Amino acid sequence: MRRMTSRDLALVATFTGLVAALGLVPAVYPAGIPVPITAQTLGVMLAGAIIGRWRGAASLLLLLVLVAVGLPLLSGGRGGLAAFAGPSVGYLVGFPFGAWVIGWLTEKAGAPYRLAWGLVANLVGGIVVVYAFGILGTAWRAHLSVEAATVSAGWYVVGDLAKAVIAALVARGVHAAYPGLLHERPAGSRARRGASAPV
Amino acid sequence: MSGLGTYSPGDSLLHRLPAGAKLLLLVAAALATHWLDRPWRVAVALLLTGVLYAAARIPPALLVAQVRPLWWLAVVLGAFQWWANGWRTAADVVGVLALLVLLAALVTLTTRTTAMVDTVVRLCRPLRHVGVEPERIGLLLALGIRSVPVMIGLARQVREAQLARGLGTSPTAFAVPLVVRSLRHADALGEALAARGVDD
Repeated sequence: MRRMTSRDLALVATFTGLVAALGLVPAVYPAGIPVPITAQTLGVMLAGAIIGRWRGAASLLLLLVLVAVGLPLLSGGRGGLAAFAGPSVGYLVGFPFGAWVIGWLTEKAGAPYRLAWGLVANLVGGIVVVYAFGILGTAWRAHLSVEAATVSAGWYVVGDLAKAVIAALVARGVHAAYPGLLHERPAGSRARRGASAPV
Repeated sequence: MSGLGTYSPGDSLLHRLPAGAKLLLLVAAALATHWLDRPWRVAVALLLTGVLYAAARIPPALLVAQVRPLWWLAVVLGAFQWWANGWRTAADVVGVLALLVLLAALVTLTTRTTAMVDTVVRLCRPLRHVGVEPERIGLLLALGIRSVPVMIGLARQVREAQLARGLGTSPTAFAVPLVVRSLRHADALGEALAARGVDD
């Protein structure tokens, strides 16, 4: 991995702040569920979809470090080392990995951003990858079977599906308004995809 | 540091203990929970944790606030474990979870964020051998801490602009301008860092 330039450092730090700010968007506690639904996971998806796999993963890793040193940056103002002792530790650890996978898939497709492919990337990285870590974390911390932990994760799926769609719509708008973050697709593949490209 | 942290000022022995030592003790405590397999042992450990909170002069209300996010989980998980494995397992699982959350929170409550940042940078020193510069990590941490209030302010501005335009409920009308303005902010920040010789 190459050395981080000052632009990389600035993008990583800015997105860390952005994900923290999105965690402040009012939380919804779906009937009796301990983990709040906020826009924070939207930030995880956006980090990967906008600034790419390495910088996106780095910004989430930085967020976790800042939480660990005592800043209340997680959704609902949670923070400190206690966040890593609780049952949602797996989701936190999954954030950088999820952002990396979203960034990797998004970069593979290149510019211009395509909504359908972006949605697939958000679902795979933001839900499959993050939930895999999250479910294992819950099973470990709460002494549940993986099946029971998977059922407990089911509560958040609806909200996160909606966020995957929103993240793809937002990423399309951002890449259109701020071009240059994604590499142009090679000429051959663009010609082949032809009419479907402007999605 | 700004008023952002969850540090609770004081000058108890726990406050004066170096951050690295507290982190080591926390790891040791987490490993030791392996032996907390009887409800009475968990109860003793929780009592000792309460004594530590008293020793650090943390107000009881602050102690309760640390476990409040766990409340619903404790009820749901406790009921499930009771049904599946009996009350002893339920008491163990919920008790150990609360214990670790309380101990981890105690380290955060008694340690300044600046001391924690210094410890993180010190822990990163061995990474020099794999090409990671600890100074850059320190810079990145400082930039990250600074960018939180900046981004919150930006989000507020964008939200107000959105409301003024009558686009109150659209998530994209909020997030697209917010992200684009974040990227512009990062451009300016990157140029400022480059001008100060960060890339040299």
